[in-house]
Amino acid sequence: MSEPIIEVRHLSKRFGRNEVLRDLDFSVLPGEVISIIGASGSGKSTLLRCINLLEEPTGGSILFHGQEVTAPGTDPCALRARVGMVFQGFNLFNNMTVLENCVAGQRKVLRRSREEARANAMAHLEKVGMASYINAKPRQLSGGQKQRVAIARALAMDPEVLLFDEPTSALDPQMVGEVLEVMRQLAAEGLTMLVVTHEMAFARDVSSRVVYMADGVICEQGAPAQLFGAPQNPRTREFLSRFNSR
Amino acid sequence: MSLPPESDFFGRILFLLQSYGGSYLRGAWVTMVIALISTFIGCVIGFAAGILQTIPADRRRAPARFWLLRAVRLLLDVYVEVFRGTPMMVQAMFIFYGAASLFGINMDMWTAALLIVSVNTGAYMAETVRGGILSIDPGQTEGAKALGMTHFQTMTSVVLPQALRNILPQIGNNLIINIKDTCVLSVIGVVELFSAAKGVAGVYYTFFESFAITMVIYFVLTFACSRLLRLWEKRLDGPENYDLVLADGLVQGEGMYRYPKNPAQPNADLRARQLWDAQEGLRDGKSNGAQSERGRGE
Repeated sequence: MSEPIIEVRHLSKRFGRNEVLRDLDFSVLPGEVISIIGASGSGKSTLLRCINLLEEPTGGSILFHGQEVTAPGTDPCALRARVGMVFQGFNLFNNMTVLENCVAGQRKVLRRSREEARANAMAHLEKVGMASYINAKPRQLSGGQKQRVAIARALAMDPEVLLFDEPTSALDPQMVGEVLEVMRQLAAEGLTMLVVTHEMAFARDVSSRVVYMADGVICEQGAPAQLFGAPQNPRTREFLSRFNSR
Repeated sequence: MSLPPESDFFGRILFLLQSYGGSYLRGAWVTMVIALISTFIGCVIGFAAGILQTIPADRRRAPARFWLLRAVRLLLDVYVEVFRGTPMMVQAMFIFYGAASLFGINMDMWTAALLIVSVNTGAYMAETVRGGILSIDPGQTEGAKALGMTHFQTMTSVVLPQALRNILPQIGNNLIINIKDTCVLSVIGVVELFSAAKGVAGVYYTFFESFAITMVIYFVLTFACSRLLRLWEKRLDGPENYDLVLADGLVQGEGMYRYPKNPAQPNADLRARQLWDAQEGLRDGKSNGAQSERGRGE
């Protein structure tokens, strides 16, 4: 059994009086593709945002390769440089072209040379099929194209884990297809991925583990075949019944 | 030299221009130098204040930084409120004579003028920049943070360039206001355009004529500045269209590749692209290579 990359221990997060995550334990092993499913407001996105410290947890701890990153005095930037994130709203830099978007992080954070950063960015843009659009600004692209660029931007940092926060929720069905296609490829290549999604088919077919969350806790988790085929928890069953009956 | 007898309004203006044109030009020069430099320094102060105002500090994670920032922000607030809340003419008197009588510093004309106008502009710009930063979607900051950028990197490479574009009209406003408001510096003996015009007017009591000339000069200065800033805005917006870079001339407009296209040579397209780049230096610009395509607006 290999060492977990990320370990979440007794994590809790509250916004004011609203408790979004409650004493949550969770870990990610290298090479895993984990889909996190659940109703809106169940805390899926918050869990993901706590993992790369975009949200400061209010309790518990998060370990990255055994190092506690939630301890006072630790630098969140160092963690974020190794844990990539893809957002629902793309969050591409509007003042930069597609290529500059993929180069900026490598240059500023990883201090790579211009040539190296450019070559690496091109390789990843090629991978997501956006290499011909390097001169375009984000506002000139469609949603699916933006999301593919956002994936290339995250990949260009050579992250150990890539977090996806509902990457297809803002896209129309055709664009969902092109983004999921890229994500399937990444999963096949063995990238460690953590995907918050409402795409049940993706969760079932691509992930190695599915986590069902409700009310800030993990209700049930397991292999996709087991969770989708024979869910144990009545809440999981109820949630999935809507999907299975479709 | 004396005023030509029985001259009309335009005749007197012509006379003033011929004999005192140099004074007006020198005055206009001083006005423009003060306005341009102080607006620039004011913007730098504003941007620095903007970065300071938005530094995140968690009370639990970094308590020392949290309290230090609290103190700095309090000072900034005081600075902004005091300099926005008092007239620049009074500030000029207060600082110029205050420095002389309290510290024995006799500022020369340029130091005094630049200091007062810069500090004044900075107070306005601090608020403008803060507004500009607030106008940028928080997603931009999150995107940059998620790559591991520090607050300073996020600000300088992502947020402020976009904020600058949004507040450029306001910077233009400040520049124009500064061109006009330098005239209050005449109270501390700065010989800018207004002071020069007053001097000329006093010689022959040709107030109307002298200030008619001054009106025109001020207007030309401000109008030219506002047009130039418009041009700058247009340039910052960049081209409407973009060039599609085609590694393979046959796949025109093809956006979606399935990866790997060719499992044996996954980077075939990249290599073609690098070859293309190498040749680009030999060809002139985008003559035959890059196909232009109308940008897909949303």
